[in-house]
Amino acid sequence: MITVENLSKRYGNTTVVDGVSLTVERNSITAIVGTSGSGKSTLLRMINRLVEPSSGRVLIDGRDTRDEPAYLLRRHIGYVIQGNGLFPHRTVAENIATVPRLLGWEARRIEARVAELLEVFALDPASYAHALPHQLSGGQQQRVGVARALAAEPMVLLMDEPFGALDPIIRAKAQDDLLDIQRRFGMTVVLVTHDMDEAFRLGTQVAVMSGGRLLQYDRPAVLLTQPADPFVARMTGLADRAMRLLSLVTAGEAALPGTCDGPAVPPTATLREVLSELLWRGADSARVVDAEGRVRGQLTVGAILARGRP
Amino acid sequence: MTRAPPRSRVDPLGAVLVAAGAAAVLFLPFVLLKANRILPGDPRSFAQVLPPWAALGCTALLGVTGVGALWIASARARLALALGGVVAVALAAAAAGDALTPPGDSVVRIAPGGAFWVLLVCLGLLATDAATRLKPKPALRVLFLAGSLAVAGLALAHGIFDHLSVMREYAVNAARFAHEARRHLALAFGSLAAAALVGLPLGVLCHRLPRLRPGVLATLNVIQTIPAIALFGILMAPLGALAAAVPFADRLGIRGVGAAPAVVALFLYSLLPIVANTVAGLKRVSRAAVEAAHGMGMTGWQVLTKVELILALPVILTGVRVVLVQNIGMVTVAALIGGGGLGAFVFQGIGQTAIDLVLLGAIPIVTLAFSAALVLDALVEILDRVKA
Repeated sequence: MITVENLSKRYGNTTVVDGVSLTVERNSITAIVGTSGSGKSTLLRMINRLVEPSSGRVLIDGRDTRDEPAYLLRRHIGYVIQGNGLFPHRTVAENIATVPRLLGWEARRIEARVAELLEVFALDPASYAHALPHQLSGGQQQRVGVARALAAEPMVLLMDEPFGALDPIIRAKAQDDLLDIQRRFGMTVVLVTHDMDEAFRLGTQVAVMSGGRLLQYDRPAVLLTQPADPFVARMTGLADRAMRLLSLVTAGEAALPGTCDGPAVPPTATLREVLSELLWRGADSARVVDAEGRVRGQLTVGAILARGRP
Repeated sequence: MTRAPPRSRVDPLGAVLVAAGAAAVLFLPFVLLKANRILPGDPRSFAQVLPPWAALGCTALLGVTGVGALWIASARARLALALGGVVAVALAAAAAGDALTPPGDSVVRIAPGGAFWVLLVCLGLLATDAATRLKPKPALRVLFLAGSLAVAGLALAHGIFDHLSVMREYAVNAARFAHEARRHLALAFGSLAAAALVGLPLGVLCHRLPRLRPGVLATLNVIQTIPAIALFGILMAPLGALAAAVPFADRLGIRGVGAAPAVVALFLYSLLPIVANTVAGLKRVSRAAVEAAHGMGMTGWQVLTKVELILALPVILTGVRVVLVQNIGMVTVAALIGGGGLGAFVFQGIGQTAIDLVLLGAIPIVTLAFSAALVLDALVEILDRVKA
């Protein structure tokens, strides 16, 4: 759990982050969104003390982050940045081994951990362990960047626009991977992005920042239905907020009892996708069918539309 | 390697070199026969000094090399021909020395003449051009240099060239030569080491504190523009005063003349390339990599030594190369103020109008500078490829 208490950062007369307080639950993903200059990156960088706060404090699992030197603190916090920041002179395996080496792990343990991470991130050790970063594709480099951040099994992972440099298709894949990885390792993720879709897709909780202040911090659905501020409403998108709301609910969650003749949709599909499918086919209802072919219920257009209202 | 062009195509560089070489053989003396070391020489051509079979053989070999330079496109063949030509010319000069020296005579000097030097330059250019076309890997280049130096060293040690004038001068000055050569290297490398010791931290400082950068670089730039002789002069007064004021300074070798002003001047000249290249090298290090290094918990020192300096190393070494080649050349001038080094032979030779003595100093200096450049270039290339 990360507790941010009344955190501020001032450079001279300019206040970049202004009295932000929030609590990030264990084993969750929090997305911080805001326009450029909103202070979101500075807030993130104050958690691992790459930026020292002017006032306020940060607790991780109840311990003040100032209790130990900043560089020791950072060895237990994963950090991923835009453009991945891989060391160009070190191989993929050496890059991943960076923090375990700093922590003085035994060689055999490092080797095992590197092998495990390469497998998790679908990088064949035979072809990639000894490759240099510039020999990899952008998506692969990004995966190595995340693997490196997770190498020492940190409980907290900070990500600063981690997918910003990727093209849309690879980015969607990377986002799915992150969700899988978070479920698998169960770390607490704080992610900064300027992309509201990304925030909604990944965030258990979303924090909206503007002008250094935290405007609202809540579940995505609450941001849509009860925006605390006109800016939040604008950020979350007035024009397609109903569609956004639908994209937060899966067919499995919304399915009603019974079955019908309509097209089959998987339980993992969002209501937005189901609605789109129904529009495309000119049908009124869809069957929710799981991977084993069992019917899990049905969805009518009316039921879906009802979910799109606040 | 490029494919062989049609036979009729004449290699343009080859044509120029062959024309120059042929003109030199026809119109310039191959060796000069001097009654003693300072008298002007009596010109002798190729055919006049060698036994007929040797003159014929040598001419034939050079002819083949010339034909090859004109029409053979294979870089390997061109390199082999050029090197063969160098060996032939060198052996011919050695043979001329042996043939023209009366037995037991130590006054007569046989100096290589214009044709010898022009041929050597032409063949050298031909070899360099061919080697460049082959694009050899850096390690191979260093190996090739080591091989060439070893062959030349063995030939010298074996006494093949002992009857040539430069080696005559060497024979007279052998003990001093070793001493001055060591001193030359000590001055060049010593001032480089001092400059690296000061310049590297100064460069890092300039990188970290951008406000410092313009002032430091401008100052070092001004120092670079002062001519070496003038700088020696400027340093004489303060160093002399220091020697007079501090009792032990003189015994430590700190004087207005001698090695002290030379080392200080070379050190000052060396600072700019090292500081400027350190700053440039650090500037090109990816900011994301540095940020990630901090973010993963490296200490400031670890970020500097394990990431920044290593990634900046090729550029820093380029600065070291500039400094080393510059120093090896500039130490020569240090002899003027009693700093010693191979320049001592150069200036002594100029004073005595003994050109052979000048060459005894100049040839090793050029060889040293060339070797240093080649080795450091290779090193930079190796490191830069790893980094990519």
